[in-house]
Amino acid sequence: MRSRRPQISLWRKPKAQETASGFTQRRRPWKDRLLDHGFRWLTIVLASIVGILVIAILLVVFAGSLPAIVAYGLDFLIRSDWDPSNESYGAFTAIYGTLVSSLLALLVAVPLGVGSAVFITEDILPYSIRRIIGIMVELLAAIPSVILGLWAIFVMEPALRPVLTSVHQRLGWIPLFSTQPIGPGMAPAVIILAVMLLPIITSISRDTLDQVPIELRFAAYGVGSSRWQSIIKIIIPAAISGIAGGVLLALGRAMGETMAVTMIIGNSTNFSPSLLSPGNTISSMLANQFGEATGPQVSALMYAALILMILTLLVNFLAEWVVRRLKLRYH
Amino acid sequence: MDIKANCHLPHALANDDHRKEFDSCPLEYNPLLKHNREGIFYTVLAGLFATLAILPLLLVLGYVMFRGGALMSVELFTQLPSPPGLSGGGIANAILGTFIVTGIASLIAIPVGIGGGIYIAEYSRVDLFSVFVHYGTNVLAGVPSIICGIFIYLLVVTTRLLFGESFSAVAGGLALAVIMIPTVIKTTDEALKLLEDDLRWAAMAVGASKFVTITRVTLPAAFTPIATGSMLGIARAAGETAPLIFTAMFSFYWPEGLFKPIATLSVLVFNYSIMPYEAQNQLALAASFVIVMLILCINLLVHRLGFYLRG
Amino acid sequence: MLGIPDQKSAEALSSDTCLEFESVTIRYGGQEAVRNVSMLIPSGQVTAFIGPSGCGKSTILRSINRLNDLIPGCTLTGRVIFQGHNLYASHIDPVQVRRRIGMVFQKPNPFPKSIYENIAYGARINGFKGDMDSLVERSLRQAAVWDECKDKLEMSGLSLSGGQQQRLCIARAISIAPEVILMDEPCSSLDPISTQKIEELIRSLRGHYTIVIVTHNLQQAYRISDMASFFNVIPTLDGFAKVGVMEEFGPSSQIFNSPQQQTTRDYVSGLFG
Repeated sequence: MRSRRPQISLWRKPKAQETASGFTQRRRPWKDRLLDHGFRWLTIVLASIVGILVIAILLVVFAGSLPAIVAYGLDFLIRSDWDPSNESYGAFTAIYGTLVSSLLALLVAVPLGVGSAVFITEDILPYSIRRIIGIMVELLAAIPSVILGLWAIFVMEPALRPVLTSVHQRLGWIPLFSTQPIGPGMAPAVIILAVMLLPIITSISRDTLDQVPIELRFAAYGVGSSRWQSIIKIIIPAAISGIAGGVLLALGRAMGETMAVTMIIGNSTNFSPSLLSPGNTISSMLANQFGEATGPQVSALMYAALILMILTLLVNFLAEWVVRRLKLRYH
Repeated sequence: MDIKANCHLPHALANDDHRKEFDSCPLEYNPLLKHNREGIFYTVLAGLFATLAILPLLLVLGYVMFRGGALMSVELFTQLPSPPGLSGGGIANAILGTFIVTGIASLIAIPVGIGGGIYIAEYSRVDLFSVFVHYGTNVLAGVPSIICGIFIYLLVVTTRLLFGESFSAVAGGLALAVIMIPTVIKTTDEALKLLEDDLRWAAMAVGASKFVTITRVTLPAAFTPIATGSMLGIARAAGETAPLIFTAMFSFYWPEGLFKPIATLSVLVFNYSIMPYEAQNQLALAASFVIVMLILCINLLVHRLGFYLRG
Repeated sequence: MLGIPDQKSAEALSSDTCLEFESVTIRYGGQEAVRNVSMLIPSGQVTAFIGPSGCGKSTILRSINRLNDLIPGCTLTGRVIFQGHNLYASHIDPVQVRRRIGMVFQKPNPFPKSIYENIAYGARINGFKGDMDSLVERSLRQAAVWDECKDKLEMSGLSLSGGQQQRLCIARAISIAPEVILMDEPCSSLDPISTQKIEELIRSLRGHYTIVIVTHNLQQAYRISDMASFFNVIPTLDGFAKVGVMEEFGPSSQIFNSPQQQTTRDYVSGLFG
């Protein structure tokens, strides 16, 4: 707890000897008090801007989607037709794409991210090398997603296509691989999303692993655990709250991610269960259609945006709850 | 608790029988032991994961640096982009536009963010308003950037709020600011909370008001992390694209004013990389190079800044 | 006063050497922490390291089970010999060393797992082949904490009081049948009653294990130890840093009653430290 205004009692206590000893003021001058209060109110106003923004965003999105909510109701979530000419809208394709792309990306990124975090926190390599790897991971986080999208279009997707084609030829009987890869599609989008999530998961996991108290490491090694027994059985479980929170934050980020996905997913509003065919996500649909949309389509897009917001909010709250719930209370 | 009695218990734990219940345990390193075999396996696995995690970075950076760097020319920095289908041209207006839009965003987000951060770290207590601000910050940080763009689009662009103009540099700056604010707030809050409370008490004990304590003692003490965090926020904003598509939009011409549509590097990369024309794709690649250099420079500057200020 | 040693440990008490330090110097990132320590620690006895703070007694203690390996930049020169093996030779596996040389720490540090798991974890990773329930009970009994936690073995080890946690940590250390137990100020964060229980426990373990204990508390060292080693902290030659040195090593009665060194005499009589 921070002490609150102890100075007021100091200043207000009238002491006769104050003047005698050279202190002439008993109260602070009004200018001083005005400045003090004024500054406090300034920060309050600035702080409230955040809350106002959140409420305004929610209101704007909700108000915009209201006509579509009235018109399509909850059917919107399960219908997969998106037909502006007939003013018939269902967002299932985009919702499915959002969930599938982000969950699959997470599936790839979590083991890689947590593995790298362990690799750069535990003393497997000399400190200098681990530091360089750490800096590189931070750098990866700084690359804008539009540039990852550009790389995905010009380098990754062409390089990936023969691989995906052979996957289709061998495993085409599985619905997930049932279509011929034609370029942009769900699979490359998943990979580029995983690349974007890696630095988030790695750096949050690294931070929590770093915070595991040295006493616990001593305890683990002290009973004769090898390095990896300690890591797997003691250190990672002790850091699990932070790691799980980081994974959920990354999931929230993945669902809202727009640019790289839009550029490589193909933006097809036709539903297909195959990962090799073009797909869609809510955010890529927004990026593609919002500029030219009018009338009911705007409202339908806002409805989709509202769903996206609810999804990301839920995931973010879940992240905060998990971190608090699983937190290791050690000393 | 009878400890004396324990002393007379048959000492099952201390005798050789107990030790025999464990594997014998020579001190020499034995690579065939289970934990050592597992250790090698996991170490190799983690190394592989770390390599896979860095590989895309190296590939992306290498591609942008070498292929994009090779495209650098004087025209690029002096000329306007060529319309789709035509070759040549530059990205000069987009470079200028990125500076303008990011500048507007910083001018809004940094004061608001630092003020909000000061409130949370120094003034907030356990009341409804503080909870509102705290959750507001977290929620805003989690709002997808495309939705921030749509929000400003509906609020400012379609309503023609700014002097009757629709798409504009200011609208783009506002959208970027919405994204930057929670970052700056968190940075400020964390930097101030890292300071020892002793510092505040020391200032107050000599009779400094809260205002003086904050502006003369705590803020200067937390300057480095706040500056570092804000700079990184700016770097991140400079590469943001989604909030700008519907706000700043794009322009083939030099910036015509703060209330007119404006080109930015990131939107240029987006628009030109999905075009089926080789010349435009090249411009997108060149613009990517400029963005990456810009971000790398800011990051480097930040590390330098932190280094010098810490002494 | 001391536990009754059985036949075997009576032999051990004679003068078997368990651990030998040969001019050991430990550095943290090039900076000397402890300089040139040499001593012979006898088997089955309690050896106490005493000295003012910063004299490197904990560092020396951690070097015995190679726990300093976990601290970046910590290096050791010289030899620590355990049963004829130099523990710092390149072919030695530190995991095996820690398996045979257990440790109890300054702050109680149970695993954030159940009380049962706190014991079972160490036994399991060390290839325990016997009955786990019985091992848990025997270990907790010998650490004199069984009665307090026999009804809540499934509860987290962190739910116990500080003194109970520390005895749980001792149970964890003895459950894997080490030959040496290192104790780094095991009572420094405990109340007097818990401290007394732990001292009684140490006495009961004496003879069965070689115990090396670091303590701040001179009376405690006097009460429980057979041998004592006094460490002091002195300025380095250039005067810019401090380094720990061992001033005197011998039977406790000698260290506490008739020390040979003036600094030892000053320290045990409370003139400094």
